Amino acid sequence: MSFVTVTDVFQTYGARPIIERVNITVDEGEFISIVGASGCGKSTFLRLLLAQETPTRGSVSIAGAPPATEPGLDRGVVFQKYSVFPHMTLRDNIVAGESFRRGWGRFFGAEAKAARDRADVTLSRCGLDHVADQYPATLSGGMQQRLAIGQALAARPRVLLLDEPFGALDPGTRLSMHDFLTELRAETGMTVFMVTHDLHEAFKLGDRVLVFDKPRWDPHDPNAYGATITYDFDARDGGIPFQSLKENTNVLQAN
Amino acid sequence: MRLINRKPSRPFAVFLMLLPFALVFVAYAIGSDIRLSANPQDKLLPAPSRVWDTIVRLVSEGDRRTGRILFWHDTWASLKRLGLGITISAFIGLIVGLLIGLLPLVRSFLAQFVAVLSMIPPLALLPILFIVFGLGELSKVVLIVVGTLPFLIRDLSQRVIELPDEMLVKAQTLGASSWVIAIRVALPQIMPRLIQSVRLSLGPAWLFLIAAEAIASDLGLGYRIFLVRRYLAMDVIFTYVIWITILAFLIDWLLRAASRKFYPWAQEGL
Repeated sequence: MSFVTVTDVFQTYGARPIIERVNITVDEGEFISIVGASGCGKSTFLRLLLAQETPTRGSVSIAGAPPATEPGLDRGVVFQKYSVFPHMTLRDNIVAGESFRRGWGRFFGAEAKAARDRADVTLSRCGLDHVADQYPATLSGGMQQRLAIGQALAARPRVLLLDEPFGALDPGTRLSMHDFLTELRAETGMTVFMVTHDLHEAFKLGDRVLVFDKPRWDPHDPNAYGATITYDFDARDGGIPFQSLKENTNVLQAN
Repeated sequence: MRLINRKPSRPFAVFLMLLPFALVFVAYAIGSDIRLSANPQDKLLPAPSRVWDTIVRLVSEGDRRTGRILFWHDTWASLKRLGLGITISAFIGLIVGLLIGLLPLVRSFLAQFVAVLSMIPPLALLPILFIVFGLGELSKVVLIVVGTLPFLIRDLSQRVIELPDEMLVKAQTLGASSWVIAIRVALPQIMPRLIQSVRLSLGPAWLFLIAAEAIASDLGLGYRIFLVRRYLAMDVIFTYVIWITILAFLIDWLLRAASRKFYPWAQEGL
């Protein structure tokens, strides 16, 4: 049973088609990397998954629910920037992940204390416990993105959407973020969609790599046709799938 | 070394800061001296010593008839009007600004209306205010509100609109309702901006206050200035003008300090 189902999606801005005829099904727990040239609808596709936009045609359905019309609790998101709230301390940012769904957007009394304790656990998971009382502006880019991921996960979404989350980070920080994300994923088994410009990153982290490109190209009117998924790679086992034996061979293995 | 790279040392910077004040004072003293040496009865440029005596007299001696020290009563009356007007204006401006900035429905409904309203010169409305609200305190407070509110609404709604879309989407993915986004995301982020807008509106607010007091009042800083104008009492006028300047500067400084204290995360040189 597929978890995320995208059926025959078209998205048009005015007269200009951005993406066309996108069909894909994703199983629960899969990590999907999305790559493609600039202006090929990657981010548009992510906004459709997020329900920030509704497609001109077709539908996006998560866990069998009817297509959403606005972003909600089932979809978590981390953008390249502006993903955390600058006016809250790190701890409050994490608590917000749980408390924003309440009527006043905050917890009171014993509940607030319990939420703060949980937030401290999350912060130490993200390696941010030493700066829990600071404001995000004092953090480096990598720390801010860790915070943003921790905050998104605190809300326990069904699907996590990442829009070039590591695009503004230096290569070293990027590598440690990869480890961080891989660990979190092993722990939560969450379904993840990640838009990236970095092919290496896409294949390293993803189970599948989707390539967005324009299959038709009119040299006189480059905007005449939209982009779609042109490749759907299986990226498990370092991009070389089917390398592990599926059947029980009853032969002693070295390990 | 290029001129743009020359930075004053700390003591020199303080000296440069104080220099224009000293220059104005010296220029005044010289001008006053020239006029007084020609005509000791000259009233236009009283000697600095005389202004100082007037200041001491005004702040310490009571009115001959009532015994009240009018200076402080004037100050209190004016500050009350100003404070009330600005507070009401800031409160309404904050709420309407949030509504316009966050809700596209309200934006379509009100944004252009406020833009047109802000083009009305508030002083042109003063006669109407006096007719409708009488000559008492109310009309003066209303003038300040009318004069500063459209600017506050436009400025604050613009700040709310400028909040990054990503942040609002993020809040929605955490399950926030429109109400929660308003009070937990938008409101705290425009509070420092509100203080800044209020600081900018204080100039016009003083203008409207003094104008209203000059026309119809029996107490207030603006009233006193326009009253003693009849006697050419330049020393009293100077005293009041200097005092108003100090008050305005103090209020501005207090607001900036409050913004720094309560909103330490907003670092953009408030």
